[in-house]
Amino acid sequence: MSDIAATDPLPKPKRDLAPILLPVALAVLMIPLIGSTSSWLTLTVASLAMGMMIFIMASGLTLVFGLMDVLNFGHGAFIAVGAYVATLVLAPFAASIQADSLWMNLAVLAPAALLSMAVSGALGLVVERVLILPVYGQHLKQILMTTGGLIVAEQTLYALWGPQIIPMPLPTSLRGSFILGDVAIAKYRVLAMLIGLAIFIAIQLVLNRSKVGLLIRAGVENREMVEALGYRIRRLFLGVFMTGSALAGLGGVMWALYREQVHASMSDDLTVLIFIVVIIGGLGSIGGCFIGAILVAMVANYGGFLVPKLALVSNILLMVAILMWRPRGLYAVTSR
Amino acid sequence: MTDLLRLSGVHTHIGRYHILQGIDLAVPQGQVTMLLGRNGAGKTTTLRTIMGLWQASKGEITLAGERIESLATPDIARRGVGYVPESMAVFSDLTVKENLVLAARDGPLDDTQLDWIFGFFPALRRFWLSRAGSLSGGQKQMLSIARAIVEPRKLLLVDEPTKGLAPAIVMALIECLKEIKRKGATILLVEQNFFAARELGDNVLVMDNGTIVHRGEMAALAADVSLQERLLGLSLGAHQ
Repeated sequence: MSDIAATDPLPKPKRDLAPILLPVALAVLMIPLIGSTSSWLTLTVASLAMGMMIFIMASGLTLVFGLMDVLNFGHGAFIAVGAYVATLVLAPFAASIQADSLWMNLAVLAPAALLSMAVSGALGLVVERVLILPVYGQHLKQILMTTGGLIVAEQTLYALWGPQIIPMPLPTSLRGSFILGDVAIAKYRVLAMLIGLAIFIAIQLVLNRSKVGLLIRAGVENREMVEALGYRIRRLFLGVFMTGSALAGLGGVMWALYREQVHASMSDDLTVLIFIVVIIGGLGSIGGCFIGAILVAMVANYGGFLVPKLALVSNILLMVAILMWRPRGLYAVTSR
Repeated sequence: MTDLLRLSGVHTHIGRYHILQGIDLAVPQGQVTMLLGRNGAGKTTTLRTIMGLWQASKGEITLAGERIESLATPDIARRGVGYVPESMAVFSDLTVKENLVLAARDGPLDDTQLDWIFGFFPALRRFWLSRAGSLSGGQKQMLSIARAIVEPRKLLLVDEPTKGLAPAIVMALIECLKEIKRKGATILLVEQNFFAARELGDNVLVMDNGTIVHRGEMAALAADVSLQERLLGLSLGAHQ
């Protein structure tokens, strides 16, 4: 890239900080309502960990939405498939998982996560070619095809693994908590936060520092013009779709370890949360998706603690409130 | 003069609307061909059909002797066709630099080419690292044209570049397009501004109801007020 001195650049547009401050304000607001500092801190860490896992699962979907205007109601299938595939590695090496050695645990966990991502990514390739390619630009058919695909995937998992819930215990070294005074912070939640943050930073670097990232950002805004510049956006979309599917698979493994169980319909509730995150974040916006995931998790955790009866509708209320404030989501990237 | 682009009996349907109804036209190499006509005549559809953004339902489009009507848009662009849409379509979330980096498909930006572009669009150098969305309408149009010429193209399709711009900006754009023409570019230019058309055009095609109703030299149309009024419902005098 040529480096040209911008002698008199336009004033940079003011950074839109309001959405970033929203989770901070929400967390601060909860301190007096929750009362106990240790409970507040536990809930906040739980929210951040849950938010990171939801972000990992939702990040691919928001780019798919934004880039190609594809409504993929079958995204949850990648989550469940990812979790089940991990059991193929974790079950035979249960002894290594139960060993009290971080390295032995990671030596099994890392290949399991990588295999899950590879299988979910490959499944993404098949889904895009077989289910989505014939119905580009046709939203109703996309919903029917991808919902059908989700049902087929779930039933296939039932057929292969049976209807029972499969336990997926946390590795021994990730059990327990870090104790800070009278506050206990679960080790696995810290790991989930770190992985989520690392993926967010990696996605931001790719989107902002590489030509592929420029193409994705440009394609989200105006895919027709990207094609008119000579780029085959369908290939780009396929890459994004596969990456998003792989990340959903990783999210599935992390979620299964968080819940310590796997079952074929594990993604049903998650899919609702993921769609809420994608919508309130703004279609195609990774930053919005990140903040939206944290907000959804905060509302679920704080709401569940303060007003358990509201837990079922709290995220819908959050979405209504956000869309009344910003009808195109926290960060509007596309004009759709 | 050989024809770089030819359309023969091209029809385009958009949904149930039959927009282009058998277009025959030729764009000679190294010349500026103006495509004029009233609103809704089918000018933008013609450019979009050439670019593959809307598929021709019938007819042949040849670029340098090669059939392109069934190619996808990226493949048409890769054959050396640059497109400046009516809406400018700059990527507003990207900086000026990033917009041009994307347009330079075949490699890094060429500094000589950039200097040439900055020669008539100095604002792009000034706002190099600014977001395209923060530029004025005229600057966005400059960026849109710069994007189309940042690499050498065989053919430029330009859709109403002067639309909605201040007169001073229009003059700068005309000078830029003249300079591009002097470098030997072949341009098919849709324009409503008859003054700009007269300044730039070698040849002219006039469209109405999805067909070409007049073809000839631009100078001849510019000199014939009654023909202008008959074809376009205007006279050049009204635009000076």
